[in-house]
Amino acid sequence: MTTFLIIFVLVLVAIAIWQMTKIFELSKLKTEDSQVANDKDNRYNGYLLFAFLIFIYGITIFSFYKYTKVLLPEAASEHGGEYDYLMLVSFIIIFFVQTITQALLHYFGYKYKGEKGKKALFFADNDRLEFIWTIIPVIVLAGLILWGLYTWTNIMDINDEDDPLIVELYAQQFNWTARYGGADNVLGGANVRMIDIDKANVLGLDEADPYASDDIIVKELHLPVGRKVNFKMRSQDVLHSAYMPHFRAQMNCVPGMITEFSFTPTITTAEMRLNPDVVDKVKRTNKIRAERAANGEENSDPWEFDYILLCNKICGKSHYNMQMKIIVESQEDYDAWVKSQQTFSQTMASIQ
Amino acid sequence: MSVTAHAHADDHAEDHAHHHKETFVTKYIFSQDHKMISKQYLITGLIMGFIGIAMSLLFRMQLAWPGESFAIFETFLGDWAPGGVMDADMYLALVTIHGTIMVFFVLTAGLSGTFSNLLIPLQIGARDMASGFLNMLSYWMFFVSSVIMVISLFVEAGPAAAGWTIYPPLSALPMAQPGSGMGMTLWLVSMAIFIASSLLGSLNYIVTVINLRTKGMSMTRLPLTIWAFFVTAVIGVISFPVLLSAALLLIMDRSFGTSFFLSDIFIQGEVLHYQGGSPVLFEHLFWFLGHPEVYIVLLPALGITSEVMSTNARKPIFGYRAMVASILAIAFLSTIVWGHHMFISGMNPFLGSVFTFTTLLIAIPSAVKAFNYITTLWKGNLQLNPAMLFSIGLVSTFITGGLTGIILGDSTLDINVHDTYFVVAHFHLVMGISALYGLFAGVYHWFPKMFKRMMNKNLGYVHFWITAICAYGVFFPMHFVGMAGVPRRYYENTAFPMFDELADVNVLITVFAIVAGLAQLVFLYNFISSIFYGKPTEQNPWKSNTLEWTAPIEHFHGNWEGAIPHVHRWAYDYSKVDKDGEYIIPGQDFVPQNIPLQEDEEELNH
Repeated sequence: MTTFLIIFVLVLVAIAIWQMTKIFELSKLKTEDSQVANDKDNRYNGYLLFAFLIFIYGITIFSFYKYTKVLLPEAASEHGGEYDYLMLVSFIIIFFVQTITQALLHYFGYKYKGEKGKKALFFADNDRLEFIWTIIPVIVLAGLILWGLYTWTNIMDINDEDDPLIVELYAQQFNWTARYGGADNVLGGANVRMIDIDKANVLGLDEADPYASDDIIVKELHLPVGRKVNFKMRSQDVLHSAYMPHFRAQMNCVPGMITEFSFTPTITTAEMRLNPDVVDKVKRTNKIRAERAANGEENSDPWEFDYILLCNKICGKSHYNMQMKIIVESQEDYDAWVKSQQTFSQTMASIQ
Repeated sequence: MSVTAHAHADDHAEDHAHHHKETFVTKYIFSQDHKMISKQYLITGLIMGFIGIAMSLLFRMQLAWPGESFAIFETFLGDWAPGGVMDADMYLALVTIHGTIMVFFVLTAGLSGTFSNLLIPLQIGARDMASGFLNMLSYWMFFVSSVIMVISLFVEAGPAAAGWTIYPPLSALPMAQPGSGMGMTLWLVSMAIFIASSLLGSLNYIVTVINLRTKGMSMTRLPLTIWAFFVTAVIGVISFPVLLSAALLLIMDRSFGTSFFLSDIFIQGEVLHYQGGSPVLFEHLFWFLGHPEVYIVLLPALGITSEVMSTNARKPIFGYRAMVASILAIAFLSTIVWGHHMFISGMNPFLGSVFTFTTLLIAIPSAVKAFNYITTLWKGNLQLNPAMLFSIGLVSTFITGGLTGIILGDSTLDINVHDTYFVVAHFHLVMGISALYGLFAGVYHWFPKMFKRMMNKNLGYVHFWITAICAYGVFFPMHFVGMAGVPRRYYENTAFPMFDELADVNVLITVFAIVAGLAQLVFLYNFISSIFYGKPTEQNPWKSNTLEWTAPIEHFHGNWEGAIPHVHRWAYDYSKVDKDGEYIIPGQDFVPQNIPLQEDEEELNH
């Protein structure tokens, strides 16, 4: 990689020097003092436009070759598959259009480079052509719009069918907290005005609300695989955004209101760790981290794949490190984990 | 004014230029001449651009080599880079001010301000703007707001750092972030003055275009530059006041304890009194300007491209009426798409559906424009001057960046790429780089008109090619960073092992960015040295049709000696031939707008 960089910079420097010497030559010879492009300029720049087209294709191919592997692995949620498919189709359309239009643009730039005495075609209008390239985008976009809207409506239809698990995601500078409804799967009432740090009531739960007493407050998000989860998001200070890229899920957390998102996890953490893409990624990453360890640098412990919740709305100094681990597991493991957690009333009792 | 000057002025009929005795102050500082004001806008804009780009290089270095110590950080950032390592708050401040400066001060004032001022009177055949005084006021308010914005960089707690979108509560609460103290106050004051300046300018442009067109200059004969500036001014008048209201309400929340945007906040161990406000309301108000702003930045660039491309292709712009219709359609749609910045803000998902619909519609006029540019090149006789190359470059980045808009405008697909580097790559290509190319195209093309000298073309070529390669080098790989899930505005990505392998890409991007930054020094040198030592220009160096090239090279208030030229045709009669296939004017492939129709010539006004 570094070698590529060095080569590339050298090439750029070489081009710059080449151009500079040309300028020097031109200024010395004084063959022509005009600062308007002449036939020679048109020729050179025409060729360069063509070369630039190849560069655009080149960097596209290079990026795909080199960076496809860094993209997110297979979606781990039910709607994620549909999301990825729509994304794929959109990308195919985009690259089709990109390849053709860039080719036309730069090829015309090269093909019709100016020459003294050449006559351009006075071609000011053509209704049929314009109709064609208006109607084609209309049709393609209509398709994309309808498909997108259909998917969007499905994703954003947050309802209580299929007995969803209710989980609150609570954001503050600069960490996340999750709250489960407990045995009754109902979240107790809460408001920042009821926060009592001395009593460790950090989420401002209403201590008088019977629904709140069995709530479970944790710093690690556990989800049973295959069960729909309805997230209720809150923030206590500034805007945050709960971003769960592996599940193709994101929603802002807004102080003063409760926002919602819902998805069904389909792949457990253990299964995901066996996904070939993930295995490769972990291998590559740990190689980098081993190099770091060899150099005695920090942040070099071997990494094991985990789903992650990131903050994706600028929220202050440590915005870049506001995260929570997500663990998707079987129903039994989940139940066992829930049992091992303290409820809100137990926590309160232990402190008083 | 002296008696002789009075007599002198009286001698002239109304149609004549006004020769006032100009002092240094009235000529160079408090000038009411649109040409001088446009130069003031350009130079102020370029200075701000220099600051904005330099900032981006600093934070790009931090991203490529996180936590590393650089002497350059210590030099420029002082206490905010203890030991040469950039502070995380400073990183956010740099990102914020970079965005603010580039969007408002460079690409709004620097681009639209410069070329609207220069070209509107000259291309429609007017002596000056409708109100020279308001025009002067507009520039000086812009200058004051620039100065305040620069001063805010030196505030003890640091400049505004809540992102250029300054979403509250982060921007409203000094305890949430040090930059939200004095720095944010200055930011808001600066922007309030900027908005007033922009409104004065826009109203002036609109009135001038509507009222002061010369005889024969019907709306359908206006060059596309003027159409673009005119419509840009209209969008500005519609949307900038909304930003002013957002800024005012935010000032109220910050300083007078109101709760427009704030509610239920517990920060640093205490509950604040705010109740009932909504940050989402601020987002609506902000983006009601924020999205049209994209087109306020872009339309002038597209207008300049239309003109430069047609002139240098020696061909009429293809589909003039479709181009005008596209500008109008884009302008209309641009005011009803703002919600696509807020799909996951917590607003009702149904609104998301509506905004997806309008957003994807805007791709249609954009596509028409792109196709029309490409067809304009077809069978042309392309004079590849630097301005022309930048115009072609603009179309290229406009397409590349615009296409990814199809993904971001789709509420479904936006979910997972929202606020990631995918967005950063998208908008930098489609509005940042494209608009900058438009600015450069304009500078190279109209430099002779502004400074009476030519810029060096070879330095122009070096500037273009390095910039063009590096722009793609920076922003193409960046899409992949975003698709890997890296959020924007992260001080470093090291807290997430899943982003470890992206360190390479970030180094690559930063190297391209630094080379691109250095290439701008070539432009800077060319610009400054050409002002003083450039080759003196001819009357009409690019053999162009528009009226500004009929005005004398020498500048004076009033533009034309004697009568204002009248217009007899549209601006795009390049390579027009008669029935025998000969040029309309023998030996000349262009027919300026002030030339009457020749015998037997048909007016092909498309």
